[in-house]
This record gives sequence, structure tokens and C-alpha cells, in this order.
Amino acid sequence: MCGIVGLFLKQRDLRPQLGALTAKMLAVMNDRGPDSAGFAVYGEEVAGHCKITVRLAGDLDTATLAERLRAAGTHVSQATAHGTHAVLEVRAADVERARAWLAETGVARFVSVGRRMELYKEVGPPQQVAARFDLPAMAGTHAIGHTRMATESRVTTAGAHPFSTGTDQCLVHNGSLSNHNAVRRSLRHEGLTFETENDSEVAAGFLSWRMREGDSLKEALQNSLAALDGFYTFVVGTEGGFAVLRDPISCKPAVMAETDRYVAFGSEYRALAVLPGIETARVFEPEPATVYVWEQKQ
Amino acid sequence: MTSFDLARRSVRELNAALHGRAGDQGGTWQIRNPAGKHSIAVGLDAPLNLSIEGHVGYYCAGMNMRAEITVHGNAGVGVAENMMSGSVRVTGNASQSAGATGHGGLLVIEGDAAGRCGISMKGIDIVVKGSIGPMSAFMGQAGNLVVLRDAGENLGDSLYEARLFVRGPVRSLGTDCVPKPLGATELQILDSLLRSAALRDAASPEEFKLYGSARSLYHFHVDHAGAY
Repeated sequence: MCGIVGLFLKQRDLRPQLGALTAKMLAVMNDRGPDSAGFAVYGEEVAGHCKITVRLAGDLDTATLAERLRAAGTHVSQATAHGTHAVLEVRAADVERARAWLAETGVARFVSVGRRMELYKEVGPPQQVAARFDLPAMAGTHAIGHTRMATESRVTTAGAHPFSTGTDQCLVHNGSLSNHNAVRRSLRHEGLTFETENDSEVAAGFLSWRMREGDSLKEALQNSLAALDGFYTFVVGTEGGFAVLRDPISCKPAVMAETDRYVAFGSEYRALAVLPGIETARVFEPEPATVYVWEQKQ
Repeated sequence: MTSFDLARRSVRELNAALHGRAGDQGGTWQIRNPAGKHSIAVGLDAPLNLSIEGHVGYYCAGMNMRAEITVHGNAGVGVAENMMSGSVRVTGNASQSAGATGHGGLLVIEGDAAGRCGISMKGIDIVVKGSIGPMSAFMGQAGNLVVLRDAGENLGDSLYEARLFVRGPVRSLGTDCVPKPLGATELQILDSLLRSAALRDAASPEEFKLYGSARSLYHFHVDHAGAY
């Protein structure tokens, strides 16, 4: 099964409520996948900085991690603890240095990097995961959440969604891909690295690769239709974009609602029923093999 | 009237009650707080009248016999799947596979129905006031599908014998599905269906086009191998 929710705000007024609404939607999807959950939130950017989200290992606390990073020559302007994760605001020029240091020391596991995106995931039911990271308090322009019922690889934190394989890029997936091993091999050849054996991470990597090669988000998804074989509903986030794609058979459920204030995605309508103004929203199920993209107006 | 609150008791308790002696006596039931739960009111076989006050999840009213069920909200995947008789009405939208494999009875959807509406229908009548999604009536064998607005891609692919009445544009017809003349018999059937669905005021039979099977896939023909 697996449950997906997504919320993309068109107007400023709902931004303070983004996390609270996403948490409500995610909790409704509990029955579709209670083994692990995660979400990505696109919040405010800090000029000249990137946010590195990490998962802490052992009993290292966030302040100590930040101190050790600074001692290793990385400029960390702020470090915020969120449950088992920490968000480190790092000078943009220091991102690669910080990632290399994390990989080398192994004191914390790299989860994602973004100018605006923060990404959290953990084993456990979605209500618990959302509460642990205080999702209801988070603000931003768009958010994507996932609750997983693992069918294809192990139930681990790293195997939970969303997957991020590029700056400010994330993907969630309901379904299963049949050619992910072959695609992973070809993407490794292109220089991408993968953290897991999970099929969904390959889909994320494929889109990151296409966008690295110059595709827009829409073009990358159009190219994935030919490259990826299997069942899927994808919801994808970029710094300013929000996209949905279903496979040509549209095996996996998807329902969307659009109003003047937001675009919302749910695996089932009941996840959307918690949103303000849903009674008058345009509700529709995305067409098979059709790329839907919304972009934030600057 | 019997009132049943799904916020306080389980779907399994509800279905057991509807299947039991209480259900056999018929009567009117009001089901509150469905909250998108799955499998509400499946397998009924009694002259019951059910009003479900809110959104339902998957397979609501599946396998229905004799009962008349109204969903005041949206329905998830497979509403009224394999219905045998009776009627199901959804005041909102229905997700994929509405009325799938239905043998009889009447399914009315006042909003839109998503993809695969009436897939493998075997005698059910389905009336959709809005539009239907792609791959609808795939391998339909009998019954009538009436759509007051548009139909998505591949309507009626590999159709055997169902009648598909569509008032608006059809994105594309599936393999072996073709337009057919709308004769006096068909107009009468359509008029009767619109009346049964209480939608005769919303549309006139003459405004529809009829689609049906070209019957060229009934027997394997090597020249058609590419169409299977």
C-alpha cells in the first residue's frame, strides 16, 4: 500500500499552517502504511546558506555536532535539534566539505541538503513520527509526506520516504519498480551514489540525474515514463516545484484537490477532507502517464 | 430508524448487524462518521435503506443485493463493485473502478467517476452525472453505462456487449469499441435509466451518442494479434 500526502500553497496565508495541515493529512493515511513515515518541508531560505538535515547516531547531541563541524572548518550558523534529526545551517560554499566530513566520521548520517528543504523520516506510525519532529509547528510553501508499508526492501529509517538525491529535491513513491537494479547501475555509471537498495531511491536518482543534465522537472518526469518500469504514483518536490506522475496503468491510487489557495495530493480522499475549503475545491484523479507540475511564483 | 456511529463502533460490527436478523427486517439505517473507512455496508442482502453521512473508503456497498444505499459524500475505489441488485447513489465523486464487475442494480454517481468505471460490467446500470476517467467499461459484458459529461481515454476497450451512452466528448475509444446508431429501443432504455436515476431533467436521451462492441475480438484472428 503506502500513503502519500502533499500540499503546495499558492498563497501566503496558509504558510504558517503548512506543517499542521500536513500532519493531519499524514495521520489519516496511517492505515495505508504504519511501519515508517517521513516528510519534506520547504521553509524559509537563509541567504548564502544551505540546510543540511542529518540523523544523529549514538548519543551525540546537536550542539556538539555543530562544534565538531566548526572545528573541522565548516561555517555552521545555526544548528537545530528535531528529535533524532538535526538541521545544520551551513554556508553554501561549505556544503561539500561538511558532507565529506559526515561521511568520513560517521557521527551523523546525511539525510538531505537544500536551500529551503528539510527532510525527516523515522520508523513508526505517522502520528508518532510527525509528533517526534514537531511537524505541526513547521511553516513553509510546500510539503510532501509518506507513510510506508514496505513490500520490497527492509523497514529501516533509511528505507523510509521521502528520498532525496539532489539539492532541494525529494520524491515519494507508492508502488514498486521492476527495473530499478538496471537503472541504478546506469545511474552509478553517471556518478550518482545510492544509500539503499530501495527502488524508490532509484526513481529519485533518475530525476536528479535528468535535472542535472538540464531537464526541467516536467521533462525529467516525462523521461522517467520511458526509463522506469513498474507501478508508481510519484509526488516530487523541488525548491519551487511540486509534481505528480502516475504510471500508464495508474495502478496506485491518487486524488487531488485544487483551490485558489492550494494544490493538495492524497492517496485517498479522506486525507484531503481535513483541508480548509475542500467542499468547494476542484477534486480530480490525475490521468495516467500525465505529468502535473505546479511552480511557486517568485 | 436505526442509527449507527462508526466513530464509536467498528465497520465489522456494522456489517455484522446489517447481515444479521436486524438487517433481515429491512428498515432505514443512518450511518454516521464513516470518515473514509473501507468496506462499509458490503455484502448486504435485504431490503434495507441506508444513508451514509459522509465520505467512504474502498469497496463501499460491494456485492450489494436488494439494499438501497446513499453515500452523502465521496466514495473510494470500487464503490458497489460486483453489485447484484438494489441501488447505490453517491452524491459526490467516485474513485476508480466504480461498479466494477457489477451484475445488476443501479449505481448513480452525481459527481465524476475516475478511471475504470464499470470495468468488466456484467449487467449493472451505471449513471454518472459528471465525467468518467480513462479505461472505463474495459471488457464490459452487459449492462448500461450512461455518462452525462465526458469520457476519458480508451473507453470500452475489448468490450463484449455493454451499451455506453456518452453525452459529451470521448477522449478516445479503446480497441473494438465503436459508435453505434441510437435507435428507438436504445432511446427508450436511456430515457428509463435517466428517470430511474432521477436525472431526466438534467439531460435528454437525444443528446447522447451510443458506443458498443464491434465484435471483432470475439474470436482470435491472427490479423488482430496486435490488438490483444
